[in-house]
Amino acid sequence: MTGKNAARKENQGNCFHAFETGILPLAGRSFMTIPAQAIAVSQLHKRFGPLEVLKGVSLTANQGDVIAIIGGSGSGKSTFLRCINMLELPTAGTVTIHGETIAMKKDGRGGQMPADRKQVERLRTQLGMVFQSFNLWQHMTILQNVIEVPVHVLGKSKAEAIETAEALLRRVGLFEKRDAYPAFLSGGQQQRAAIARALAIQPLVMLFDEPTSALDPQLVGEVLTVIGDLAKEKRTMILVTHEMKFARNVANHIVFLADGVIEEQGPPDEIFGSPKSEKLKRFISSIH
Amino acid sequence: MTGVPLPDTTPPDVTTHAMAILPEDLPTADSFFRPHRIVLILIAAVLVFCIAWFMRWDWIPQYLPKLGHGIIVTLAMLFSTAILGFVLAVPLGLVQVTGPWPLKALAKTFCTIIRGTPLLLQLWLLYYGLGSLFPQFPAIRQSFLWPYLRESWPYGVAALTISFAAYEGEVMRGAFAGVPAGELEAARAYGMSRWTMFRRIWLPRAIHRALPTLNGETVLQLKATPLVATITVIDVYAVISKVRQDTYITYEPLLLLALIYMCLTGILVMAFRYLENRIPTRGA
Repeated sequence: MTGKNAARKENQGNCFHAFETGILPLAGRSFMTIPAQAIAVSQLHKRFGPLEVLKGVSLTANQGDVIAIIGGSGSGKSTFLRCINMLELPTAGTVTIHGETIAMKKDGRGGQMPADRKQVERLRTQLGMVFQSFNLWQHMTILQNVIEVPVHVLGKSKAEAIETAEALLRRVGLFEKRDAYPAFLSGGQQQRAAIARALAIQPLVMLFDEPTSALDPQLVGEVLTVIGDLAKEKRTMILVTHEMKFARNVANHIVFLADGVIEEQGPPDEIFGSPKSEKLKRFISSIH
Repeated sequence: MTGVPLPDTTPPDVTTHAMAILPEDLPTADSFFRPHRIVLILIAAVLVFCIAWFMRWDWIPQYLPKLGHGIIVTLAMLFSTAILGFVLAVPLGLVQVTGPWPLKALAKTFCTIIRGTPLLLQLWLLYYGLGSLFPQFPAIRQSFLWPYLRESWPYGVAALTISFAAYEGEVMRGAFAGVPAGELEAARAYGMSRWTMFRRIWLPRAIHRALPTLNGETVLQLKATPLVATITVIDVYAVISKVRQDTYITYEPLLLLALIYMCLTGILVMAFRYLENRIPTRGA
């Protein structure tokens, strides 16, 4: 009689025990691989020379959260977002992505830098960044832009990447433009293509850095429609934006940054309906 | 989400292929029959007829094989030195943009010295300087390189390569620096390693930007190749010189030489235009 059979025999009289050994390990594993926290940023500081842009910002994004970061220009919103994927190196503080904290070391000039470049490169593939100025690669067609990272970073086969990319381009309404070069597209189309490029890496979190700020007013709508649909799918997103009405509609959490600290945060209706701090009141009245 | 119709916001087509010859630029059949064109065509025809009829071309058949060989040597000189030079130019340009300061200073010094002295001088320094120094070392005379080092063409290739590398190093420095920072940032943001970013984004983007300049520089390089005739490499220029010495004919060989270089230049320019047009750029 093997050990396994022995165990089964022993368990026969104890249904509850069998339930425990059968189910719990599975539940435990799924709990381990998908922690509720997608991104946790703790006590982030960023200094550009004498100017301290971020003075200890902490923020947690859980799975399915849509967090909008608002604030005046120079409040550090974009810097904060860029610190999450280490495009800007935070002077102090930690960033944890999917339960894994980015290891940092002293850079010898009073700041810090990633201790392990490979770790940063690996974690970045979980973050789909969308830039204010699109930053599509101009020497590639739209389709080539979208399959570039899946093929050359994630190691997917070209056929598989093209299939995914074409589906994504259809979703953002650019399937017909797949063989066009970015320079021949409007700003709105370029930004939608950039969103498809970010989605193609199947990111854990989407990061939007003022995605509509560089667009002509009549092109803003088409990009917001795409982002709004992603929010409806419960995709985790952190969004830096000036579109207050949009932020209020799609976000479940609003963060108001002022002078490098989180001045106030909460659900959209609270932030926009009954702001508490003086700075937020002034900010909201200035944009209406 | 698939059901949301997004407006087509393509701007009106104001695009042109920069630097390209478009079909509408080419002459049509009737444009040849305008009066001024007819006159000019007639003048050209008379000129060509006079050149063919009154000048001496009877030496051509005798020298044809040598001319063919000379053209091959010229092209071999051009392509080997342009390719080798470009391979050197990429790191020379790159370290000037991102390298640590000692490498940056070294690359800068190299480019400045080579660009600051005549190519003919560099060629002679290598050939008469190194070329006469090498045989004094028995180790070199016995090495496997000696059969090559006692020829003259390696010195020609070396001088032309170094010169091309220095000029193109500066071109590539500008091209690397000119790639928009946002595109490199996007590459980093999606987890590309430094090498992947260089290979997939930075280098192809820089080459694409530099192509029109590289086109001109390669044409200049073609016309720098006759200098190797001064160190006994038999290129097409050397063959023509030989024709002039043998036959005492002054002008005809030179006219043929001009025609040969013009044809080669035309082919080079067309090839580069083809490369440039593979990725259309947006004109104003």
